[in-house]
Amino acid sequence: MAWFTKAPEAPLRVPTEALWNVCKKCGAYTPKDEYEQNLKVCPACGAHGRLSARERIALLADKDSFKEIAADVIANDPLTFSDASGDYASKVKGTREKTKIGESIVVGTAKLDKIPVVLGAMDFRFMGGSLGSGTGERILQAAETARKLKCPLILCTASGGARMQEGIVSLMQMAKTCAAIQRLRDEGLLYVSVMTDPTTGGVSASYAMVGDLNIAEPKTLIGFAGRRVIETTIKQKLPPEFQTSEYLLEHGFLDKIVARKDLKAFLAKTIRLLTAAK
Amino acid sequence: MATKKTPAKAAAKKPAAKKAPAKKPAAKKAPAKKPAAPATDAAPAEVLTNPTWETVQIARHPERPLFTDFLNAWDPDAIELHGDRLVADDPAMYAGLAKIGDERVVIVGHRKGRTPEEKVANRWGMANPDGYRKAMRIMRIAEKFQLPIVALVDTSGAFPGLDAEERGQAEAIAKNLADMSVLKTPIVVVVTGEGGSGGALGIAVGDRILMLEHAVYSVISPEGCASILWRDGKMAPVAAEALKITSSWLKKLGIVDDVIPEPKGGAHTDPAKAIETVKKAILAAIKELKKVPMEKLVDQRYAKFAAMGRFGK
Repeated sequence: MAWFTKAPEAPLRVPTEALWNVCKKCGAYTPKDEYEQNLKVCPACGAHGRLSARERIALLADKDSFKEIAADVIANDPLTFSDASGDYASKVKGTREKTKIGESIVVGTAKLDKIPVVLGAMDFRFMGGSLGSGTGERILQAAETARKLKCPLILCTASGGARMQEGIVSLMQMAKTCAAIQRLRDEGLLYVSVMTDPTTGGVSASYAMVGDLNIAEPKTLIGFAGRRVIETTIKQKLPPEFQTSEYLLEHGFLDKIVARKDLKAFLAKTIRLLTAAK
Repeated sequence: MATKKTPAKAAAKKPAAKKAPAKKPAAKKAPAKKPAAPATDAAPAEVLTNPTWETVQIARHPERPLFTDFLNAWDPDAIELHGDRLVADDPAMYAGLAKIGDERVVIVGHRKGRTPEEKVANRWGMANPDGYRKAMRIMRIAEKFQLPIVALVDTSGAFPGLDAEERGQAEAIAKNLADMSVLKTPIVVVVTGEGGSGGALGIAVGDRILMLEHAVYSVISPEGCASILWRDGKMAPVAAEALKITSSWLKKLGIVDDVIPEPKGGAHTDPAKAIETVKKAILAAIKELKKVPMEKLVDQRYAKFAAMGRFGK
């Protein structure tokens, strides 16, 4: 083939993703370093991108104050589950190696603007942030640690819901985590739920929704049933703002929507107003 | 005991072919022609079947005793209490006062409905947030008057609707999980048919979790799981097996305390007998739980759920 007949497509493609962040919501291009500096929030439309658990902890905890607990509690395979795309045990192992975390949540003690807290952050990269046995146990240990230390518990959620591959054992984590948090609250301690994109299914129907304060980031997907399931059931299209944090605020299920850049200051201020924390 | 009194008002249309001489249990035959619930995916059942899938068919059998059958047999004079005192009264969730044997109880449960009209009105037993909130409101009355709570679970899941989301389906279920975990009165849960995900769990935190032999209890419906993980709803029988949703597995996994045996072939072959067996199991559980001091009971309930889960170290 002569050079002048060559199809022009291939060489014209620039690997934009290496240098730019392309916003999933509005399509705007932002230089990567600027996007990172902006805490992964799109400067054009304000869409809050997903943070890993470690990034979330770095955002909220004072420098070097975070001490992980229950790090040895990791995902197991109670059902010896496998599906069309392979077995759960090796999938979860791969995820662990890739994300360098043992479960879909990382929990620990930390200082938040000098206030001692127990802090947990979910990581959507870990099996879609799903609620497995290990996740449930880490949350229980976080709640019990907060109870022991008599300090507030803050959990940042990012999850598609229960972890199907752990079947009924996963479902029970909803009851387990809610029970642990209820004990904490019954002792007069503060629990703040921070919902980030997405918080759905079994996680929304358990620890995410029982905060003394339910907070969410802007434009976060929050809901119980999936949009498609609902549309099939009621046979009508749902409005675009359905199941966003703005929608939940309007219907009375959130105390406040807080932008990422204000989150740490907001938490510090409310904790100081509600408790005797200095 | 008259075997045919309880269920099947409208369903009795088709001749009672169900009572195939109790030779080989009706398991193999169960037709699963339940409307609405996507059980119709069962098309290739001849090709794709396994013992778990047969159990699913029994759990969904159109003549399986429903909440109303249990309650009418135990206490035809039970008093239903209505409304969540917020927005609505959800017919998909029953809450009321009853006597089971000599025991005064508060009873709550999913109500699927038997006739086509009931099924539509009750959304096939898929409750709205109003249902979960009503159940919680009546369970608080049980706590106040120190009455044991009996919760009968039989739902394919919480209702996935626009109104349900708008009124906080997630919050309603979450709140029940938290509140039931500290309720100061004995709670006996019986999974009688389908234990469908969060919609089931929303009334299923208790001191004793019992399950009928051919009931199923799962984090997601086999059809839902198959369409996500196998990208094909028709793989439901395979998903059902993989999810380990039968009573024997749940017992092994430490989720249920006891399995209540059913008449051979399933509860629908002899509803009266099944209903009586469940009654005995509930009364035995209540008797035991009443002996436990309240503080200890609530601590034990916490310990029970805290111990659920398998994780590596």
